[in-house]
Amino acid sequence: MDAVPLNAYLVLSAFLFVMGAIGVVIKRNPIVMFMCIELMLNAVNLSFLAFARYQTDLLAQVSGHVFVLFVFGVAAAEVAVGLGIITVMFRLRESIDVDEVTLLRG
Amino acid sequence: MGERVLFFILAIVAILSAGGVVFSRNPVRSALLLVLNFFTLALIYFTLSAQFIGALQVIVYAGAIMVLFLFVIMLLNLGSPDAVPQERDLKRPLAYLIGFGILATLIAQSLALLIPGVPQASPDAGTARVIGLALFTQWAYPLLLMGVLLTVGVIGSILLARRRAS
Repeated sequence: MDAVPLNAYLVLSAFLFVMGAIGVVIKRNPIVMFMCIELMLNAVNLSFLAFARYQTDLLAQVSGHVFVLFVFGVAAAEVAVGLGIITVMFRLRESIDVDEVTLLRG
Repeated sequence: MGERVLFFILAIVAILSAGGVVFSRNPVRSALLLVLNFFTLALIYFTLSAQFIGALQVIVYAGAIMVLFLFVIMLLNLGSPDAVPQERDLKRPLAYLIGFGILATLIAQSLALLIPGVPQASPDAGTARVIGLALFTQWAYPLLLMGVLLTVGVIGSILLARRRAS
C-alpha cells in the first residue's frame, strides 16, 4: 500500500504534456517553443518509464527503457537542426518572431 | 508513505517549473526552470527504478541540450524579455481551450485505467548492463538507424551554420 499507483504518474505526465502544448501555441519566441517541445517529449518519456515499471516481464521493462533512449536521440538531433535553423533565420532577417517568418513559403 | 510523499513533492516541483517555463517572459529564466524540471524528472525516474535513464537525463538533457539552448540565447542576444514581442491575440484562449480538452481526455483515460497492484520491480531492469545488452542484440537495427539520424542531424546543422562562400 506504500507505492505510488500508475495513474499518478500518468496524470503528472498529462499535466506536463499539456503545459508544453499550450506553450508551443502561445509563445512567439522560437527558442521557448523548442523548450516546450522538450517538455512534451519528457512527459511522454515519463509515461513510457511508468508503464515499463508496472510490467512484470523483464523484456517488456527493458523495451520501455530502450524506447526512451531512442526518444533522447531524436530530441538531440531535433534540437541541433532546429537551433541551426533559428540561427540562420536570425542572420537573414535580424528578427525571429515566428509569426513574421515566411522564408519557407513557396 | 514515504514514497508517496516523495512523489507528491517531486510532482509539484515538476508542474510548477513547467508552468514557469511556459509563462515566464524571460527566455533565460525559462531555460533555467527547464533545467530544474529535467532534474526533477530525473529524480522521478530514479524512483521508477530507471537508474540508467535517470543518469542519462541529467547528462544529455540538463547537460548537453540545455547548454545548446543557453548558447543560442546568448549568441542571438534573446535574453531580454522584449526581444520578441508577446502580444495578446486570438491564439491564447484557443490554446487554453485545446490544452484543457487534451488534459481532460488524458486524465479521464488514465484514471479509467486501473492496475490492481504494484508488481515487484525486478532489481536489474534499469541497469546499464541489461539495457545495453538489449540495445546491442534485440534493438541493434534501430540503434544503427539512430546513428544514421544523428549523423544526418550533425551534417545538417553544419551545413546550416556555414557561411556561403560567395
